[in-house]
This record gives sequence, structure tokens and C-alpha cells, in this order.
Amino acid sequence: MPIEVNGKSLETDEEGYLANINDWEPGVAEVMSKEDDLELTDEHWDIINYLREYYEEYQIAPAVRVLTKAVGKKFGKDKGNSKYLYGLFPYGPAKQACRYAGLPKPTGCV
Amino acid sequence: MSETIKKFLYLNRKAPYGTIYAWESLEVVLIGAAFDQDVSLAFVEDGVYQLTKDQDTTGIGMKNFSPTYAALGDYEVKKIFIEKESLDERGLTLDDLQHLVWEDEDDDWAEKDSIKLVSREEMTALMEDADVVFSF
Repeated sequence: MPIEVNGKSLETDEEGYLANINDWEPGVAEVMSKEDDLELTDEHWDIINYLREYYEEYQIAPAVRVLTKAVGKKFGKDKGNSKYLYGLFPYGPAKQACRYAGLPKPTGCV
Repeated sequence: MSETIKKFLYLNRKAPYGTIYAWESLEVVLIGAAFDQDVSLAFVEDGVYQLTKDQDTTGIGMKNFSPTYAALGDYEVKKIFIEKESLDERGLTLDDLQHLVWEDEDDDWAEKDSIKLVSREEMTALMEDADVVFSF
């Protein structure tokens, strides 16, 4: 089902991930989070932007385990745990954060 | 009760594009990394081309997945073996391949080399030593 972002209709797959990563703009995360009744804070954007950088560099979405470790390294050890990430993204960093970031479902998401 | 850790060896034998083997192998490695096994990757024959630098797939309409190999360290895959004879036969050296590293969390995130050059004889021993060999 396509989503409406700033007057544009963007294609998504059956799980709600963007069909084309190049369609992404910050408005995508805004629209998706509104549907989930979640208000995005700077902490959410840190994760979303990090995921986009990771994809840009490695061409994959990181597994949750990998993301957790990287967040701890980049934003402080107190944030490098799944409790912190699930606090921000209750549906899970993979299902929610990657989706907001326009990434495909993470490889290694078992 | 002790958990059984098995030695998994992923054997990569084919060039990166033209068949789906290289990408499939990489995906299985990344997914399998969640299971905390003892994982090694080996690149032999045309498989050594998978790690060459500066891959450009614009002419063949396929995604260039070579940057993904640099993520292996994040997935705790730290043992990557390249067969020297396979490189020699193709006029390649280690300098033609990506420099892959992993970060040691217990050593202030120091970057350590993942790639090890081995002879055909040593490669045979690695296969003998593995509990499971996945050939791609």
C-alpha cells in the first residue's frame, strides 16, 4: 500500500517497508511514525540517521545485535542495549527504525 | 550443560556476479552469525574475485554488494582465508583485495586484520578441520 508523503505517493511492500530506498526523505519517517502514534525525538533521529549511514556504507541494514553494539560505541555505553532501543522503538529497532529509515528488512533478522 | 560450538567453514568458489552463489553465501553468513558458531570464510578459485576492490556493476544492472564484506567484522566474522595459489593463478595479490578488519571491543576498538593468506595445503587442512563445510 503506497504512503502519502508531502503530496507524493510512495510505493511500499506488504510489510510497510519502502519499495525504493531512493524515495526516502525525512517526511517518510514522520508519516510512518504518525501512523504508529509515535512522536520522533532527536534520539529517534540519531538511530534513523545512523541506520541510513550504515546502509550507505555497507549496502545492508544491520542486524539488531550489530546495531546495539554500534549505538553503544557511537552514542554511549548506556544506550548500547536493546532496552534503550526498544524504549525508542517499541515494535523493535528492525521492524520500526529500519522501516522509518527507508531501509529493507535487516539481513539476519531471525 | 555446555553448548556445542561447531566449526563452520563457508567455501566461496565462484565469481561475484553471473551466478547468485556469492551473494547467497554472504547472506547465509550474515544470518548464520546470529547463532554464535565458530565461523570461517574461505575464498578459492574464482571466489577470490568476490573481494576485489573497486567493483563496478553499472554495466550489468546488478547491485554491487562488495561493500557488504566490510560489515563482516561487525557480525563477529573475523577469520577470512584467501588461497594464495588462486590469487597467483589470476595474477592477483592481496593488494587487489579489500582490506577487511574487525574491531576488538576489549582492546579499545582496535582494528585487527581479518584476512589471512594461506597455501592450498593449509586450505585443505582448514577444510579437514571444519565440522561443517558450506560450498558456494
